[in-house]
Amino acid sequence: MSFPRITDADGRRVPPAQLFLRYGLLLLALAVLVGPFLWQLSTSLKGPHEDIYSSPPSFFPSEPTLHNYTRVADTIPVWEYAFNSIKVASANVITNCVGAALAGYALARLRYRGKRAATLAFILAMLVPVETIFIAQFITMRQLGLNNTLVGVLLPASIGAMNVLLMRNAFMNLPNEVEEAAFVDGANVWQRFLRISLPAVKGTVAVVAIFSFMGAWDDFLWPLIVLSDPENFTLTIGLNYLHGTFSNDSRLVAAGTMIAVLPLIALFACLQRYFFRGVGEGAVKG
Amino acid sequence: MTSSTAPRAFPPDPAVAGPTRQGSGPGGRGPRGGSTTPTPTPTARTGETGRIRRQLPSSPWLFVAPGLLVVGTFSLYPFLTTLYHSFTSKQALRPGSYVGLANYRELLHDDMFWIALRNSTLYMVGVVPALVLLPLLLALLVERQLPGMTFFRSAFYTPVVASVVVVGLIWVWMLDDRGLINSLLETVGIGKIGFLSDQWLLLLSAMAVTVWKGLGYYMVIYLAALANVPRELHEAAAVDGAGAIRRFVTVTVPAVRTTMVLVGALSSVFAFKVFSEVYLIAGPGGGPAGEDTTLVMLIQRVGGGLTGRVGYASAISVVVFVVTVALMLLVLRFDRKEDA
Repeated sequence: MSFPRITDADGRRVPPAQLFLRYGLLLLALAVLVGPFLWQLSTSLKGPHEDIYSSPPSFFPSEPTLHNYTRVADTIPVWEYAFNSIKVASANVITNCVGAALAGYALARLRYRGKRAATLAFILAMLVPVETIFIAQFITMRQLGLNNTLVGVLLPASIGAMNVLLMRNAFMNLPNEVEEAAFVDGANVWQRFLRISLPAVKGTVAVVAIFSFMGAWDDFLWPLIVLSDPENFTLTIGLNYLHGTFSNDSRLVAAGTMIAVLPLIALFACLQRYFFRGVGEGAVKG
Repeated sequence: MTSSTAPRAFPPDPAVAGPTRQGSGPGGRGPRGGSTTPTPTPTARTGETGRIRRQLPSSPWLFVAPGLLVVGTFSLYPFLTTLYHSFTSKQALRPGSYVGLANYRELLHDDMFWIALRNSTLYMVGVVPALVLLPLLLALLVERQLPGMTFFRSAFYTPVVASVVVVGLIWVWMLDDRGLINSLLETVGIGKIGFLSDQWLLLLSAMAVTVWKGLGYYMVIYLAALANVPRELHEAAAVDGAGAIRRFVTVTVPAVRTTMVLVGALSSVFAFKVFSEVYLIAGPGGGPAGEDTTLVMLIQRVGGGLTGRVGYASAISVVVFVVTVALMLLVLRFDRKEDA
């Protein structure tokens, strides 16, 4: 029995049979959840003379090429669309982090008349499904003259009610004493907010940032409604357009989807530590 | 004369009114003191109070205002106008007139509305059980701290990270008549299945995509819940001779039941409002003869564009809103009953 001794975090030995079963299921789930991305990646790398419809399917490209990626750029201005998406997503991160932190702080830590009403407004806004109001949003946006602009894409989600309430919760969980001490030392409300409370809720700010970026980068319905001029398309809308126009060339569409998804996967791979830390902290508690 | 000093000395100073909830501050603090004593110009002061006073624009409303403005303009106001429009004959570029319940009456006789309502409901019924159960199993698989688990967790989250358009296009390619799944099916001798041409298979495929994309998201929610299940319970059950399945049913499920209800509520609300997956897989027209249209797709089609019937689309929106709220209330109610 030279089976490697594998232990869990508590140093307990896990029986080999259980290990085999567990890793077997994990690999199966991996194939189901990640396999389609790999298949798409492989399609995007297949050369023009390869049979992409072969049966049985062949996974590895026999004449791998990056040609399809340059062809996407020839067909639609994919880099401009990507740049539009980056602009909207970055702006969304900034507006959400700043706006939600400010409002969350005021809802959790400051006293003033109308605070309950303000809190209620955010809760109600969170309950309104976006899917039921987008026509009215569109009309509002037209009245503001912002249809078909990236600002119009950005604005409705620029400060999410959900994010405000998340920040509020984070600030409420901070102990009062430190801020009181700072107050006694004469720190004003901005100083207490910026120097004491905000640094203590960095984790929540990071979560808001990650979700804001992904939300804006991935959004489909609202940009589809607001944007009509191909010049201003974001990547998601551009891709749908690419699919509609050139659906007969799967290599091209595959390359387009890879351009849209690879940066995001890379970003997530870099940030996943922060993302799963919350879960890990919970585990320590339990 | 005395009142003329008030506006200057009165700006309610939130730095003072702020976190002194427990009171106990020195007696002569805050705006009151300022208004009674004839203080000289506040700007000339430099003491400890001066540091607080110098930055006057610190009203709490400055903190809340941007958020309230965005949320009010782009959520609450559109919601109210949607309600109002549902009682009018408004069109995209023309103001309508009040028509009472006419839009709602028309809904009752609109075949397309019933098809869409059926599809949205079916979608929910099909997707929710899978999204309550499968992510829990997935979470159990990656829960234990064994080698490689960080990798698996992140990898399982990939479909959540990817844009719904990317996911839709990947699956259209996978499910195509000549796509990967059909060529695998042919290889093993089953033959082709028209996932994208049959009305029901199309809906089923879209459901599968929704489940596939949602697994990782709900897995993370379950992971947080599982972290709080006391290890001792499992050990006690194991000592009593309960196998893995038995322990799942008697220990894990009761411990994460609240989370299951939450996941059920979230996924049913999301599923009922489905748009993108069906739109991308069935096409803007909603599949053959529009038979796969969902409610939100119908709203977009009826109310969008320059000729859109905003009033009618708003009535459909109100229906979606009412069902969504009803679903949440129902689930919450169910949850409370179980606790009692």
